[in-house]
Amino acid sequence: MSVRVQREDFDVGAEVKALTGGRTDIGAVVTFTGVVRSANEGKPLEAMTLEHYPSMTESELARVEAEAAGRWPLQASLIVHRVGRLVPGDNIVLVVTASAHRQAAFDAAAFLMDYLKTRAPFWKKEIGSDGAEHWVDARDSDETAAERWKDGT
Amino acid sequence: MTSKPVKILYFAWVREKTGKAEEVVDLPAGVKTVADLVDWLKGRGPEYAEAFARAQVIRAAIDQRHVPPQTSLAGVREIAFFPPVTGG
Repeated sequence: MSVRVQREDFDVGAEVKALTGGRTDIGAVVTFTGVVRSANEGKPLEAMTLEHYPSMTESELARVEAEAAGRWPLQASLIVHRVGRLVPGDNIVLVVTASAHRQAAFDAAAFLMDYLKTRAPFWKKEIGSDGAEHWVDARDSDETAAERWKDGT
Repeated sequence: MTSKPVKILYFAWVREKTGKAEEVVDLPAGVKTVADLVDWLKGRGPEYAEAFARAQVIRAAIDQRHVPPQTSLAGVREIAFFPPVTGG
C-alpha cells in the first residue's frame, strides 16, 4: 500500500512491475490512468495547474487507500497523483490495485478513484487556449459516484 | 482562558480571493466552531467577505482532516479553507 504526490510523470508499466514484481500470490492487477483532455465542456484547453494541500494530501490518500484495503482483499495498491502544470495528453493520476481475483481489483480501483475525487485535497485550474483561467467546479456526478459505496460494496 | 494562535490556510480560489495562502490569528473568545470562524473572517475585510460569500460551498479541514462546519475549534492548531476538491 503506498501513495505518492509528485510533479514528474509516471510510467504505468514500471509502477506495476515495482508493485507486483517477484510476487506469485497476485492473480489480478487493475490500473486506472487519468489523462488531461484537450477540451473540457467544449472549451479548448491549453494547460491546467494542479494545486494541493501538501501536509494533508498524502495522509488523506493513505486514509482512502486504507479504507479500500478494509473492504477488499488487496495484495497491493498504489496511488500516484501529479501536481503542477500539465498539458493535454499528460498523465494526472494512477491507481493500481492487485488482488488474487479480478473483481476485488476492479472494484477497489473504482472505489479509490471515486473517493479520491471527493476527498483528496487537489484543485484544478484550467488555462484555455484563449489564455482565460478558471478553477474547475466540483461535479455533482463525482459526489454521486462516491455515495454509491456507502450502501456496502 | 487565553486564546491560542491558530494557523489558517487558504487554497485555490479561496486563497486568490483572500489574497493570502496562510496567516496566524488569535481566535476571539466567541469563536467556538468552524462556522463561527467563517462568520468572523467575513467581517475582517471585503476580500474575506468575497472569499466566504458562498460559505455553503467552502470546505474545511482541521489538522489535515475534513470536518463539517459545526466542528469545535478547541485545541486546533491548523485549519484550512478551500473549495470542493477537484483532483483525479
